[in-house]
Amino acid sequence: MELKALTYLIVGASFALYIAIAFWSRARSTGDFYIAGKTVSPVANGMATAADWMSAASFISMAGLIAFLGYDASVYLMGWTGGYVLLALFLAPYLRKFGRFTVPEFIGERYYSKAARIVAVVCLIFISFTYVAGQMRGVGIVFSRFLEVDVTVGLVVGMGVVLIYAVLGGMKGITYTQVAQYCVLIFAYTVPAVFIAIQVTGNPVPQLAFGGDIAGSDVSLLAKLDETVTALGFGSYTAGTKSTIDVFCITLALMVGTAGLPHVIVRFFTVPKVRDARTSAGYALLFIAILYTTAPAVGAMARYNLMNTIQPGEIGAPHGNLLAEERPNWMRRWEATGLVAFEDRNDDGRIQYYNDQNASFAEVAARYGWEGNELTVDQDIMVLANPEIADLPNWVIALVAAGGIAAALSTAAGLLLVISAAASHDLIKGIFLPGISEKGELRAGRIAAVFAILIAGYLGFDPPGWVAQVVAFAFGLAAASLFPAILLGIFSKRVNKQGAIAGMLVGLLFTYGYIEWFKGLFLKWAGAPWGENVPAEWLFGISPEGIGVVGMLLNFAVATGISYVTAPPPQGIQALVDRIRVPRAIEEH
Amino acid sequence: MTPERRRAYWRANLRLVAACLLAWFVGSYGLGIVFVEELNRIRLGGFKLGFWFAQQGSIYLFVLLIFFYAWRMNRLDRQYGAHED
Repeated sequence: MELKALTYLIVGASFALYIAIAFWSRARSTGDFYIAGKTVSPVANGMATAADWMSAASFISMAGLIAFLGYDASVYLMGWTGGYVLLALFLAPYLRKFGRFTVPEFIGERYYSKAARIVAVVCLIFISFTYVAGQMRGVGIVFSRFLEVDVTVGLVVGMGVVLIYAVLGGMKGITYTQVAQYCVLIFAYTVPAVFIAIQVTGNPVPQLAFGGDIAGSDVSLLAKLDETVTALGFGSYTAGTKSTIDVFCITLALMVGTAGLPHVIVRFFTVPKVRDARTSAGYALLFIAILYTTAPAVGAMARYNLMNTIQPGEIGAPHGNLLAEERPNWMRRWEATGLVAFEDRNDDGRIQYYNDQNASFAEVAARYGWEGNELTVDQDIMVLANPEIADLPNWVIALVAAGGIAAALSTAAGLLLVISAAASHDLIKGIFLPGISEKGELRAGRIAAVFAILIAGYLGFDPPGWVAQVVAFAFGLAAASLFPAILLGIFSKRVNKQGAIAGMLVGLLFTYGYIEWFKGLFLKWAGAPWGENVPAEWLFGISPEGIGVVGMLLNFAVATGISYVTAPPPQGIQALVDRIRVPRAIEEH
Repeated sequence: MTPERRRAYWRANLRLVAACLLAWFVGSYGLGIVFVEELNRIRLGGFKLGFWFAQQGSIYLFVLLIFFYAWRMNRLDRQYGAHED
């Protein structure tokens, strides 16, 4: 069957599946709508969390990012997995014991303050909207690349599908849809990876092929890759370029940020018991690790394939480079999308791909008769074109499209749900209309979900500049505001309302201000960024991506400092902390 | 559960958390970042060891750590009579 028809068929079938699941598991109460009635098994919740967590960026962009960054990309691999250890050790079981619906609800109750709850809602909304705009954009891009429709059309179709299953099913519908989406996306990711691993090294397991020898030789993949890229003026693949302190802080900010993301935390509210919350965190990370340990293997093999394709002969030899006329079909096909571009600068009819920004390599390049790099490759191509590079059948290409869309939709739905829950449960029920009936609140939740989807769609359609800074901003904010407030709320009985609110505000404002100063977020109209974004200007040499760590430390210091000079929390709150620390219900004395 | 027993349970939990956190820190920040260059002189198959920890080993360790913590905690719950149902 023709590729396009096949892609429509497989993507269409996956949509039908998601909507059918939503009908089967539609929400009948607020408990269903917010936390799936606390009936999700730990394994199912693990899969749902993995799909919730792994976004379009994880699926499409990460392997390519690793392919071009090499060791430097380790910050993302460790940073986006290690946070689950913090979640399991510090947050998930206790918040599950607390047993309510939302993250701001915990903060409001533990710090006996509506103001604290509102600060938490503001943090949550900033974090989640920043994140969801990127997902909606991702849905549009995946559609346009695979189905050859306009980005806007893709965006609207994606919004429609999410609208049906999130509004109808709430958390319950989203959970079981995410389980299905995880299966689709992990299958779509690993199948091409296995075939490429066999092609490059002869070993079918990507994680082992990564450290294996190139097929038919006794040179390891990574050694060969290091040799080739450095001979072309690029940095060594297995060595880093960033300073140790910056790598350290970025990794920590991503880990703590992960543990502080509301749409991830809330997934652990849906399991029946405290012990399920603990094991479920393990399953979640196991399912995530399948993709996260495959991605660096795919990245290295894809980079090797690319280098090998462009440079089949000796580097610098007159016939060492690929003849443009003989370039493979996948390259021609993806040139149409602009993801691959070729320009013959020295008119030799061959393609040269090297680092022309490296001053010390310029002399060598000139000796070879090269007049600049002739090939530009978008990082996304590494996953998108993989099935074609490996000569896999059309159904695999169609499956990768369905997988990319599944990754984007599942994350978007999870984010939209926490936004609508914050609006209907924390703001409407918690603050403005405490007397609202359960039926009324459920309706409010559904209406809030519709509005959230419309706003997210608009942000995806016309992304404001700050969306591009999603990594630094969403993770820095979560690390500096929500994570310390929740952690202190569980592990300290002494931290009080004044401390928590001041801590969150200081963490939030410091982190936001630093990112605004160096990267520019909302104040571009006023001339931001004001600082030059280079290591010499950074505080302690920490980049805006890693500054959430300093924000977090400030939050901890301010919250504990202020708490110790003000009155301790009331008795009832200390009893609450005692209750959430123990899984068994404590009889009142 | 008496308040004393609850305090003992909490202290045992904190000790376990501290041990897991230490392993988490050493496995990722220690072996994958701070001492990466020293470890890269050692080979693990086709990998440099520090690089392997940064892109593979640390992730495996995280998964094992969570399951280990969950297993030990569930045992601790029963030991102290803190388990549900």
